[in-house]
Amino acid sequence: MARAMLIRGGRVIDPSHDVDDVLDVLVVEGKVARVGRGIEAPEGAEVVEAGGLVVAPGFIDVHVHLREPGGEHKETIASGARAAAAGGFTAVCAMPNTDPVIDSPATVGFVRSVGQEAEAARVYPVGALSVGQKGERLTEIGELVEAGAVGVTDDGNPVMNSGLMRLALEYAHAFDIPVADHCEDLGLSGGGVMNEGLVASRLGLKGKPNASEDVHTIRDLLLAELTDGRIHLQHVSTWAGVDAIRRAKSRGIRVTAEATPHHLLLTEEAVGNYRTDAKMNPPLRTARDRDAVREGFLDGTLDVLATDHAPHHYDEKEQAFDDAPFGIVGLETALGLVHTHFVVSGEMDLRTMIERMSTAPARAFNLAGGSLGEGVVADVTVFDPNEEWEVDPGSFLSRSRNTPFTGDRLVGRPWMTIVEGRIVWQRES
Amino acid sequence: MSPAASSLGKDLVGLEDLDAGQIRSILDTAEPFKEISERKIKKVPVLRGKTIVNLFMEPSTRTRISFEFAEKRLSADTVNIAASGSSVQKGETLVDTARNLEAMKIDMVVIRHWASGAAGFLADRIPSNVINAGDGSHEHPTQALLDLLTIRDHTGRIEGLKVCIVGDILHSRVARSNIFGLLKLGAEVGVCGPRTLLPAGIGELGVTVFRRVEEAIEWADVLNVLRLQLERMKGGYVPTLREYNRVYGISTRRLEAASGETLVLHPGPMNRGVEIDSDVADGPHSVILKQVTNGVAVRMAILYLLAGGAPEQAEAAKQEGVG
Repeated sequence: MARAMLIRGGRVIDPSHDVDDVLDVLVVEGKVARVGRGIEAPEGAEVVEAGGLVVAPGFIDVHVHLREPGGEHKETIASGARAAAAGGFTAVCAMPNTDPVIDSPATVGFVRSVGQEAEAARVYPVGALSVGQKGERLTEIGELVEAGAVGVTDDGNPVMNSGLMRLALEYAHAFDIPVADHCEDLGLSGGGVMNEGLVASRLGLKGKPNASEDVHTIRDLLLAELTDGRIHLQHVSTWAGVDAIRRAKSRGIRVTAEATPHHLLLTEEAVGNYRTDAKMNPPLRTARDRDAVREGFLDGTLDVLATDHAPHHYDEKEQAFDDAPFGIVGLETALGLVHTHFVVSGEMDLRTMIERMSTAPARAFNLAGGSLGEGVVADVTVFDPNEEWEVDPGSFLSRSRNTPFTGDRLVGRPWMTIVEGRIVWQRES
Repeated sequence: MSPAASSLGKDLVGLEDLDAGQIRSILDTAEPFKEISERKIKKVPVLRGKTIVNLFMEPSTRTRISFEFAEKRLSADTVNIAASGSSVQKGETLVDTARNLEAMKIDMVVIRHWASGAAGFLADRIPSNVINAGDGSHEHPTQALLDLLTIRDHTGRIEGLKVCIVGDILHSRVARSNIFGLLKLGAEVGVCGPRTLLPAGIGELGVTVFRRVEEAIEWADVLNVLRLQLERMKGGYVPTLREYNRVYGISTRRLEAASGETLVLHPGPMNRGVEIDSDVADGPHSVILKQVTNGVAVRMAILYLLAGGAPEQAEAAKQEGVG
């Protein structure tokens, strides 16, 4: 007998098919078999009662750091995949800046197989763009793709050599994968630990100016235009970056771009009195930048929501600001934050939120899912749009707790995460 | 062993955290402590039985010795810890260093650290009083207080005075503490230095930015001349020390071209012939050695106040000590 599941009576929102209605979703053998009204549960099918809940194509976070291999005290692939599932994500793209770097077919295979064993959210490896992420010569991108890499990037180590970036964009053509880039001109940002501006000046901290991100963003857009390559710009944090991407899109340049919850919601003021949970790269910037990132997220210039989930052990964050590492965890707060501050506040409809968290990321990295169309893999996120909850890092499934959102009251919370027709996580009632 | 309540709060991390009344009370309290250093027997029992750790994670001569004299002349028991040769060099974190000190039941920590925010970080984690002796590019409150005291000694006031800080503002904790302190006491503050060494948005702190040092000197009643660290030249912020001296150096010629009597301060150690010419440093405008003398009195006042001493009882405390 075929393995079947019926998700009954939820508000099904599938931007890819323009669906938003109270419907049933029948899943057979891990694929969406039918979406419709009054579907009978086949004999032996698992029935999920989803009345009052939102049923969406699975959320995908294309930018996470799972720290394994080399940083297992911060996160493992398994703990990260479970944290993703608990955050309503059915898939994540793991960045290659681990130790060793994911720059060979063997290491890509390692991430992929350990991810599969976790039986939580899917883990898609992203391979390094350059060998050792040293920015010198390209990795064997063809072989990485064959081993399961869904993109390449030197995230964490910006590609400073424009010639190398050009080669990557050209070479990746054959495999139709995106080249993702962390935009930062190290000559301009070198040594900076937060946004350059009044707060940094007051605290005596070295700043990274907007221009350090902008010159790199604009360079990448020009190179994508030159090569007709697919560029994916990570965690956009500046007003001029949003502006440049908007204009590039209107010129037909193939660019996708991320907005992170923290750049959508916070400014440099969050650093306050050397708060290391507000230290990330790119840094939190000014209200003008945050507002531009919001506008870009609303109008689709920044088409993908990504968390840049960057777990760090508490010992590492409990240091002087200069010494603490960059980054915050994001997987288990993203849905609540975006839902509360965009949907509940009335700025964005649910359909668009789901588009940014599922359909668009799937498209940007050519991933399965992102849709509840018949025959599509049954990765489904079920969440309660009305539940109020408080962010308590103590309850995270991630190994790390470094978030600036501790104690925030949010509305909207993951309820069940289904990958290939199997429940990989559900909230205990 | 909780410290007695002090009018300054538990710690002295920066002048940004203090109000004008608190700053004035430190300066006033320093007055009765000045004479102790003039005595033949330079010791009073103010801090008898108190244990103070001087935790210097960055090299310092002047500030460390000044604190040590202040502590010893007030009869405190002191221990000095330097980064080299200590557990810090063996990889101990600041949190662990702090907890270990605390476990040895100390009363106060004077900390100098290369990271901005380190003093506040320590203050938040231990119940002892913490005094910031300079944290990264953030604050150096005792230096600014001794600068304020020296200016007040010579001009009789701070309010309405025009004070210009000249040099590397970007990396200077002395500059930040001076800016906060001077503005709170009602002075007008200017800064002047190469644009490469001015922090972003400095004007928004309420200071006037001078492009040329001649204009700054013309405007100012007081110049506080900062040390140009040699690393800044290697970092490319200024082309050469020679050029720096030609464009920004404080010389007698420049002082004489300006009207009035300009008071010249320098927190030391000086690079003679770079940011300040010898004839200025040793000449009639300079109060540089007065600053050093005042440093001991100001630090005594701070130690006394943080130990719970009342400003108006400082004179009596010199005989009897505090709690």
